[in-house]
Amino acid sequence: MSGASMKQIKTRIKSVESTRQITKAMELVATSKLRKAKQRVENARPYHEVLLEAISGLQAGAAESPTVFAQEREVKKTCYVVIAGDRGLAGGYNANLFRMVKRMTDGTDFCVLPIGKKSLEHFSHLGCELVSTYFGVTGTVGIGDCMQMAKLLCEGFAEENYDRVVVAYTKFQSMLSQVPVCDPLLPITLRENETHYSGALVEGEAEELIAKIVPQYVSGILYSTLCEAAASEHGARRTAMNAANKNAGEIIDTLQLRYNRARQAAITQEITEIVSGAEAL
Amino acid sequence: MSSFRLQIVTPDGSPFDGQAEALRLRTSEGYVSIRAGHVDYIAALDVGMVSVTKDGTTRDAACGGGFISVENGEVRLVATTFEYADEIDIERAESAKKRAEERLAQAQEERDIALAKAKLSRALNRIDVAEKQA
Repeated sequence: MSGASMKQIKTRIKSVESTRQITKAMELVATSKLRKAKQRVENARPYHEVLLEAISGLQAGAAESPTVFAQEREVKKTCYVVIAGDRGLAGGYNANLFRMVKRMTDGTDFCVLPIGKKSLEHFSHLGCELVSTYFGVTGTVGIGDCMQMAKLLCEGFAEENYDRVVVAYTKFQSMLSQVPVCDPLLPITLRENETHYSGALVEGEAEELIAKIVPQYVSGILYSTLCEAAASEHGARRTAMNAANKNAGEIIDTLQLRYNRARQAAITQEITEIVSGAEAL
Repeated sequence: MSSFRLQIVTPDGSPFDGQAEALRLRTSEGYVSIRAGHVDYIAALDVGMVSVTKDGTTRDAACGGGFISVENGEVRLVATTFEYADEIDIERAESAKKRAEERLAQAQEERDIALAKAKLSRALNRIDVAEKQA
C-alpha cells in the first residue's frame, strides 16, 4: 500500500519538475524577447515624436482647408484596433485587454480591427463586425503591414464607415506592471498654439499631401503601439512564468515532504513486522 | 559651406541626427535639394535615393517613402525605411524583387497589384542605390 503511494508521489514530483522546466525555459525566452522588444520601443520613440510634431504643424499650416482627418464629427460608430498577443500563458495580458474593450463598447455601435491571433479569435467568436481579418499574427507585423492597416483605416474613416478610430493595447509601465489603455487615433487631435507652419511652402497640392501623410502618421503610431504591446506581452508572460516557477517549486517541496513521510512510515512498518515476526518464533 | 540641422528618423531608429550641408531627396513631384536657409517646406517623399552631404562627403541611401518638413531652418525627414548604400543587403533585395515579380504576375485584385508594385519599386530602388555605390 505505502509502496504504491510512494511511487505515485514520485511520479507526481517528476511531472511537476518537467512542467517547471518548461515554465523556466519560457521565462528565459520571454526575458530575452522582452529585452529586444524594449529596444524596439526605444528605437521607435524619436520617430513617433517627430511625426507628432510634424503632423500638428502641418495641420496648422493647412488650416484654411481643414482635412477630413482632423474634423470631429458626431460619433455614431467607433472602430477599435485591438492589439493582443498570439499566444496565451501570459497571465491576464489578453483577458484584461478584452475586458476593457468590452466595458468601453457596451451598448455602442462599433467594429473591430483585430491584431494578433487571440484578438482575432476572441472577436470573431463574439460575432463582432471585423474590418479585416488579415492581421492575425502580431509577431510578424512589420512597418509595411502597419502602412496597410493605416490605409485601410483612413479609407474607412474618410468614407464615414466609422467616425472615430481608437487603438486598444497594453501599455508597458514597468517589468511588473502592464496596463490596458485606449488611445485615440482618428480624428487627429491638434496641439494648441502651434501655428508656426503657416506660410510654409508645400510641394504639390496640400490636400494630396495630407492624404499621403496622414496614413503614414497613423501607421507610425500603430507601429510604435505594436512595439509597446509586444513588450507588454513578453513582460506579462515573464511575470506569469515566474509565478508558475515558484508554485511548481512549492508543490515539489510539499510532495517531497509527503514522499519522505511515506518512506519513513514504510520502513517503520517493515521493522515492526520483522520484530514481531522474530518475537513470534 | 554653411550647414543646417538635419534629423532623419525611421521606426527602427535615427540614422542621422546632426549638422548637414546638403540633402537631396525625391519628393512626389521630383528630386529636390535642400541647403541651409531653406524656406519652411513640407513634401511627401517617394521611393527613391536620398543623399546626405556632411563635411564635404556625400552618403547615398535608399528611402522607402515618408515625408520631409523644414521648419525654422531645421530639417526633419520622416522615413518609413532608410538604409545607407553600404548597409543594403543586396541578396535580400534581389530575392524581394523576385518575390514581388512573381506576385505581380499572379495578382488579380487591384489591391494586390498595387501592393506588389510598391514592393517591387522598393526592391529596385535598393538595388539601384547599392549598385551605384559599388
